[in-house]
Amino acid sequence: MSDSSIADSAASPSRWWAWQSRYSPYLFVAPFAILFCTFMIYPLTRSFALSFYKTIGPRDSRFVGFENFKFLIADRLFWLAAANTIGYAIVFPLLQIPAALGLAVLLNSKRVRAKPVFRFAFFSTHLVGSVFAAVLFAQLMSPRSGLLNHFLSQLLRRPIEVNWLSDPNLAMVSTLIAGLWLSVGYAMIYFLAALQSVDAELYDAAAVDGAGNWATFFHVTLPGIRPVLIFMILVTTIGAFQLFELPYVLFQQSAGPLSRALTIVMYLFMSGWSVGDLGYASAIGWTLVLLIVTVALVQRRISTKLEES
Amino acid sequence: MRSSPAGRPASAGRSQSSSSSFLVTALLHIPLILGAIVCTVPMVWLICATLKTGDDLFKYDFLPWDHLGRLTLDNFRKLLARDGFSRWLTNSIFLACTQTVLVVTLSSLGGFALAKYRFRGQKPLMAVMLLTLLLPGQVLLAGSYELMHHLGWINSYAAILVPGAVSVFGMFLFRQAMSQVPDELLHAGRIDGCSELRLWWDVALPIVRPMVGAFTLMTFIGTWNSYLWPQIVLQDEAKYTLPMGLANMMSLPEFQADYGVLMAGTLLSILPVGILFFVLQKDFIAGLSTGAVKG
Repeated sequence: MSDSSIADSAASPSRWWAWQSRYSPYLFVAPFAILFCTFMIYPLTRSFALSFYKTIGPRDSRFVGFENFKFLIADRLFWLAAANTIGYAIVFPLLQIPAALGLAVLLNSKRVRAKPVFRFAFFSTHLVGSVFAAVLFAQLMSPRSGLLNHFLSQLLRRPIEVNWLSDPNLAMVSTLIAGLWLSVGYAMIYFLAALQSVDAELYDAAAVDGAGNWATFFHVTLPGIRPVLIFMILVTTIGAFQLFELPYVLFQQSAGPLSRALTIVMYLFMSGWSVGDLGYASAIGWTLVLLIVTVALVQRRISTKLEES
Repeated sequence: MRSSPAGRPASAGRSQSSSSSFLVTALLHIPLILGAIVCTVPMVWLICATLKTGDDLFKYDFLPWDHLGRLTLDNFRKLLARDGFSRWLTNSIFLACTQTVLVVTLSSLGGFALAKYRFRGQKPLMAVMLLTLLLPGQVLLAGSYELMHHLGWINSYAAILVPGAVSVFGMFLFRQAMSQVPDELLHAGRIDGCSELRLWWDVALPIVRPMVGAFTLMTFIGTWNSYLWPQIVLQDEAKYTLPMGLANMMSLPEFQADYGVLMAGTLLSILPVGILFFVLQKDFIAGLSTGAVKG
C-alpha cells in the first residue's frame, strides 16, 4: 500500500505509526458497521422471520407459516389502509410536484424581487415537524373557530362550516391539505437549486433560435432538471406511502372518522403495539416494502421509456 | 397550480415596452405572494393565538387590534408551570443534541473511510448499505422492538440513541462529499506527521464544512420531530419527547376550549429548530444545492 510507504518515510516510523496507518480505515468504519449490523441488519432479518409467526408481545410466538399474509389478503381494514395510502400516494405527488416546480420556475425568474424573503417563507414550513403541523392544523380546521372555515366564509360571503376533521369523506382531504402545506416549499427549494444549475447558455441559445417561453420550458428547462425531477417524484411517492404521523395526530391519535384516515404504517403500528402482534405488523411491513419496490420499479421503467422516446 | 404563462424563464423574454414588462413582473409575483401567504399565515396565526386570552381566541382570528392591551404571556406561564412540558422540552433537547453529535461523528468518520481508503469488505458493506437505503424504515420496527426488549432497553433512551446513531444516508452523503478532498492534501498531511484520525479531523472535515452544517441541521430536525419510534419504546410520561407530549396534550379536554396553552407549546416546540436553521442557513442551502446537482 502506498500509504504505508509514505508513513515509513515520515518523521516517526514507529510501530504505532505503521499500525494506525494500516488499520485506521477499519477503525473508522467499525463503529458504524457494528451498529449497522446489530441494529439494522439483525432486526431486518428478525422482522422477516417474525412475519411467519403469530406473536403476543415480544415474548410469546408461534410459527404459522404464511397465515399472516393469508389473513392480510382477507383483512378489510388492511385494504382500507392500502386504499387510503395508495390514493394519497397518487394524488399527493400530482399536486405537490407541479406546484413546487411552478413556484420554483417563477422564483427563478430574473424579474422577481425579494427572492430571499420568498425562499424563506416557502422553506419555513419544512422546519415544522409533522406532529406539530398536525396539532396546528387540528386547530385551524376546527369547524367553528378554525381559521380555514372563517377564511372560506369570508371568501364565499356566507357562513361555511366544513367538518374537516369529523366528516369521513374529508379525512384524507384534510390530511392532504396539511401535507401539502408541509412539503411544497421544501420541494420548491430543491427545484430552485436544480433550475439555477441549468446552463445559462442553453437559454441564450434558445432565445437566439426564437423559441417561445413554453418551448424553452419544455426543451431547455425540463431536460435540464430531469434527474432532480425524477428523483423528487420518486422520493415524494415513497414518502407518501409511509404516511403516518400527520393523520394519526391530526385525528387525535386515531385512524380518523370511520377509520377513513387509516394508513398502512398506522395499521402496522396499531397491529404491532395496540394489538401486540409483532408478527402481523412485520407482515404488513413487508407488504409495504413490496408495494414501494414495485412503484419504484414502475417509475424507473417509465422514466427510461420517456428518455428513449 | 401549474406554472402560468407568465411563469416562463425570463431569460427567454423578448424585448418589450416597459409598461407591459411591468405588468409581466407584477403577474409573476402574484402566485408567489399567494403561495408565501399560504405558507406563513398558519404560523402567524399560531403566534397570535399564543398571545391571546381564552375569550379573544374565539373573538379574533388574529390579534385583538382594538384591545392590544389584552395581549398576554399567560399561556406560556401556564404551559411552563405544568410539570410535563418543561420536562419534555429538556428531554427533546438532550436527545436531539446527543443524537446529532453521534450521527454526524459516526457518519463523517465512516464516510471518510469509504471515500479515501480501500479496505477489505468495503464493497459488500456498501452493497448491503445501498440495499437498506431502499427499504422503508417501518419494516424494521417489529424486529428492533423485539431486540430492545431482549436488551432491556424498553423505556430507556439507549433504545433511541444507539440504533439512531446509524445513518446509511449520512454515510453516503459524507462519502460523496469527502471524495472531493484531494489525495495530495492527505499525503502532505501524512508527511507532516498527521495521524489518520487527525487527517479526518483537521483536513477532511474543514473542507466539507458546508456539508457538516447541512447534515447537522437535517439530523437535528429529523430527531427533534421523530415520533413513531419514541412512541413505541418510551412508556413513562416523564421520558416523553415534545412530539409525544404535545400529541397527548392535544387530546386532553381542558385544551379543547382554551387552546392558547396548546398553541404556546406548539410554538416553543418549533422554535429551537427555527433558531438552529437561522444559524446554519447558509450551509444548509449550499449543501442542498450541491446535493441536488449531484442527485
